[in-house]
Amino acid sequence: MTATKIPDPTTRYQRTDRRGVNSEMLSWLFMRFSGVVLLVLVFGHLFVNLWLGEGVQRIDFAFVAGKWAGPFWQIWDLTMLWLAMLHGGNGVRTIINDYARNSTLRLVLKGALYLAVVTTIVLGTLVILTFDPCPAGANLDLLPSICSE
Amino acid sequence: MASAEAGTLYRGREGMWSWVAHRISGMLIFLYLIVHVLDTALVRVSPEAYNEVIGHYKTIVFGLGEMGLVGAILFHALNGVRVLLVDFWSQGTKHQRALFYGVVAAWVLLMIGFVPRQLGHMFGWW
Repeated sequence: MTATKIPDPTTRYQRTDRRGVNSEMLSWLFMRFSGVVLLVLVFGHLFVNLWLGEGVQRIDFAFVAGKWAGPFWQIWDLTMLWLAMLHGGNGVRTIINDYARNSTLRLVLKGALYLAVVTTIVLGTLVILTFDPCPAGANLDLLPSICSE
Repeated sequence: MASAEAGTLYRGREGMWSWVAHRISGMLIFLYLIVHVLDTALVRVSPEAYNEVIGHYKTIVFGLGEMGLVGAILFHALNGVRVLLVDFWSQGTKHQRALFYGVVAAWVLLMIGFVPRQLGHMFGWW
C-alpha cells in the first residue's frame, strides 16, 4: 500500500482546472455587471410607473405611448428588457443546473428556458422598435395628446 | 457534532438564508418579467386591448401582488449589493452577516415608504 500524498496545507484550493477567461467566469461577471445597471434601470422604471402621480392607476395606452414617443424611454426599456431577461435567464440556468440531476431533464428544462428567453426578448424588442404612438384609425380619446396636435 | 437526534440537515445561518431568499425572489421576478413583457406587447395590438388587460393591474388583488413584487425586487437588489461587497470589497466576507442585517433594515425602511404610497394609489387617497 502506497502512502497517500497529502499536499502542503498552504496549497491554494482549486475548484477546477479552468484558468483565465472561460464562459462560467464571464457568466459570473455578467451577473454582477448587469445587476448594477439594472439597479438604476429597474428602480427608475418603478419610480416613474408606480410611485409618481397616481401610480399604477394612470397607466394606460396613452401613458405608454407618451413614454415611447421619444428615444429616451425606448432606449431605457430596450436596455432593461435585454439585461433583465439575460440576467434572469442566466440565474434560472444556474438553478436548473443545481437541482435537475438527470441530464435529459436538464436538457429539456434548459431548452424550454432558452426558448422563453429568446421569444420574450425578440417580442419585446419588436414591440418597442415598431411601436406607433398614434395608430391610424384608433379612438383619439385613448391616444396621447401629441396625436391630436 | 451532528447526531441522529439533532438531524444532519445543513442549517446555515444568515449566509444560507440570504442565498435561499435571493434564489426564490429571483425566480419570482423572472416569471413576472415574462408575463409583464407579454401584457405590454398588447400595445401593438390595439389601445383597447392594452387598456383592457392593464385594467386588471388596478384591482386590489393586483395592487397587493405589486407590493409583493416590489418587496421581492427590493430584497434581490439590496442583497445583490451585499453579494457585490462580499465579492469585491476586501472586508466584505468578514462583515457578510452584518451586511445581511443591513439589507433587512434597508428593506423594512423602503417597504415602510412604499406600502402606504401603493395603498394610497389603490384606494385613491392621492
